[in-house]
Amino acid sequence: MPIAVRCENLRKTYSGKPPVEAVRGLDLAVESGECFGVLGPNGAGKTTTIEIMEGLLPPTSGDVEILGKRWKTAEAELRERIGISLQETRLSEKLSVSETVTLFRSFYRGGLNPAETIRRVSLEEKSKAWIRTLSGGQKQRLSVACALVGDPDLLFLDEPTTGLDPQSRREIWQIIREFRSRGRTVLLTTHYMDEAERLCDRVAIVDQGQVIALGTPRELIASVGGEHMIHITVDEDGVETGRLADSLESLPEVQGVRAEPSAIECAVTQPHSVLPRLFEMLSSHDINLTGLTTRHASLEDVFVKLTGRHLTEQETAQA
Amino acid sequence: MNQLHTPSPKTRRYSPLREMVLVRLREFYREPEAVFWVYGFPVIMMAALGIAFRDRPIEKISVDVQAGSDAEQVVEVLSQEEVFEVAVHNEAVCRRRLRIGRSDLFVEVDGSSPRFRYHFDPTKPGSLVARNAVNDVLQRDSGREDAVAVENVEKQEPGGRYIDFLVPGLLGMGLMGGGLWGIGFVTVDLRIRRLLKRFLATPMRKTDFLAGLMISRMAFMVPEVLTMLFFGWLVFGVKIEGSLLLLTALILLGATMFAGIGLLVASRARTLEAVSGIMNLVMLPMWVMSGIFFSTDRFPDAAQPFIQALPLTALNDALRAVMLEGSGPMVIAAECMLMLAWAAGSFLLALKWFRWDN
Ligand SMILES: Nc1ncnc2c1ncn2[C@@H]1O[C@H](COP(=O)(O)OP(=O)(O)O)[C@@H](O)[C@H]1O
Ligand SMILES: [Mg+2]
Repeated sequence: MPIAVRCENLRKTYSGKPPVEAVRGLDLAVESGECFGVLGPNGAGKTTTIEIMEGLLPPTSGDVEILGKRWKTAEAELRERIGISLQETRLSEKLSVSETVTLFRSFYRGGLNPAETIRRVSLEEKSKAWIRTLSGGQKQRLSVACALVGDPDLLFLDEPTTGLDPQSRREIWQIIREFRSRGRTVLLTTHYMDEAERLCDRVAIVDQGQVIALGTPRELIASVGGEHMIHITVDEDGVETGRLADSLESLPEVQGVRAEPSAIECAVTQPHSVLPRLFEMLSSHDINLTGLTTRHASLEDVFVKLTGRHLTEQETAQA
Repeated sequence: MNQLHTPSPKTRRYSPLREMVLVRLREFYREPEAVFWVYGFPVIMMAALGIAFRDRPIEKISVDVQAGSDAEQVVEVLSQEEVFEVAVHNEAVCRRRLRIGRSDLFVEVDGSSPRFRYHFDPTKPGSLVARNAVNDVLQRDSGREDAVAVENVEKQEPGGRYIDFLVPGLLGMGLMGGGLWGIGFVTVDLRIRRLLKRFLATPMRKTDFLAGLMISRMAFMVPEVLTMLFFGWLVFGVKIEGSLLLLTALILLGATMFAGIGLLVASRARTLEAVSGIMNLVMLPMWVMSGIFFSTDRFPDAAQPFIQALPLTALNDALRAVMLEGSGPMVIAAECMLMLAWAAGSFLLALKWFRWDN
């Protein structure tokens, strides 16, 4: 796989009193065609890192290579080939969606038709509307449209869904998935573990300016011994429950089973294939189900395990 | 790869410069307050000042005649001249009115020699004029003949009125405000909204961005200047004596210069408060000293080198020379060189210091 983004021993210290070491020796390699997530809490150095990769911020030291090129020698070419959405940009309130996208389109030598770009982010109906009238989610989709309009090979998104409602977040995810399905590369930052888990092929967990874990979401979760968990309760009190547990254990997708007289918890890799078999077994053993829950271990658990802290302050407060 | 993902077969060429200018124009005209401040304000100012300082009818000369024998006859003679406002009072009242400036002089009618005694204060402006005017009339009435025939040709020179002085000054002031606000404020606003940085993240050429700002500024300026000149001509009859081409070139030069200064002022500011503060600091001395409302001659000689070096002084002087005196390019060459220097210097420094990020 060719490498789309590579950075080695990246460091950034903001001068000041006291100086802030925002990034402290960070290594990353993003493969072409993947959606790569940089997951970390506020202040972890995500924005600093992504802006260095975007060529907008000079690193204190370290090396960055984008699409096999360097910013120093190939800035003009790279700018044509990447799309960027900054963490916070306030587009002009009194311009329409289509005027804004057309402006950004004009900066690129080649690219998409603005109307087509607006369609890709599902803002056709708002095309003539002033940005002032858009919702937060619509504004964010417009911001992504401005990053897409140059038809980039590589897309950088800094916290694209922060502060959005669940519906708007899913809409953004859909746009990113569609972009990736065209064989393009995405690098995004987020502090939402569910976003990294569901959207990204691979995730780097960063904390205090360093990568503390790297892998596919599943690998990361597996690394702390976590799997999908299925928990059932039954109106039995022993023998039949044990037999059911034995049957479940024989399934290849089931990693482990823990049986109690009237409850079973099992760790599985693919609940969707286990659950139908479970229902078959319940009826063949003639057992009545009284409750079923599934949950899965998350990247949050990985972060907690590695740092002893939670990803977001809110959860820390609750914990 | 790009063609593959461009579904529309229509190939359209996009000009970043054109889009940049269009966007600035749209943003401006969709902001009614801004439109008012740029176009309405100078006209209102011109109307208010033009009315306040309009030329008054010829002032009357107030003459008192001290009560006594023959006073009636003197009053009758003087009253035939419209310019006099004549009243009869006793001596004490006459003296008091003279002292407090209610009359310009009073006439004491005496015996035969001297027949009249004029009381006035020669240090007060106009008192000598009053004395001579009264004397002329009374002497002629007593039989004096003029030695030679004379004729008075009274004419008000257009171009010499206060409003004529004011219109070029307001034009210069408008170009200064428009350049500083139109470029400086807009630039800092874009920086605060992180749009400058967002633009930098695209292949946009910086020259396109700056040229877009400049061209849109020039486009806003055209109606602004035309409104002022048209209003000045329509309401106050202010005419342009010199070449229209030269005036246009001068206005463009002035606008460019102030756009450069605006860019310089905005080159590093991170907040609107900061840029407003610097702009006011830059504009204040010019509002007061660069001859918008009154001539720069009113300031002491020691201050003149500073005043003459100010960009707005040069622009106002050149505008007045062309508009009021019909001067040619050679007459205003020095002012133009100074403005060119300001423009070049501020652009160079602005580009050197310019901060895209906040
Ligand atoms: N311009 C700056 N000057 C000084 N410190 C900064 C600057 N930008 C960010 N920081 C600091 O660097 C650290 C990392 O910030 P950032 O990269 O924005 O993290 P994240 O995007 O993960 O929230 C934080 O402690 C932040 O306060
Ligand atoms: Mg950030």
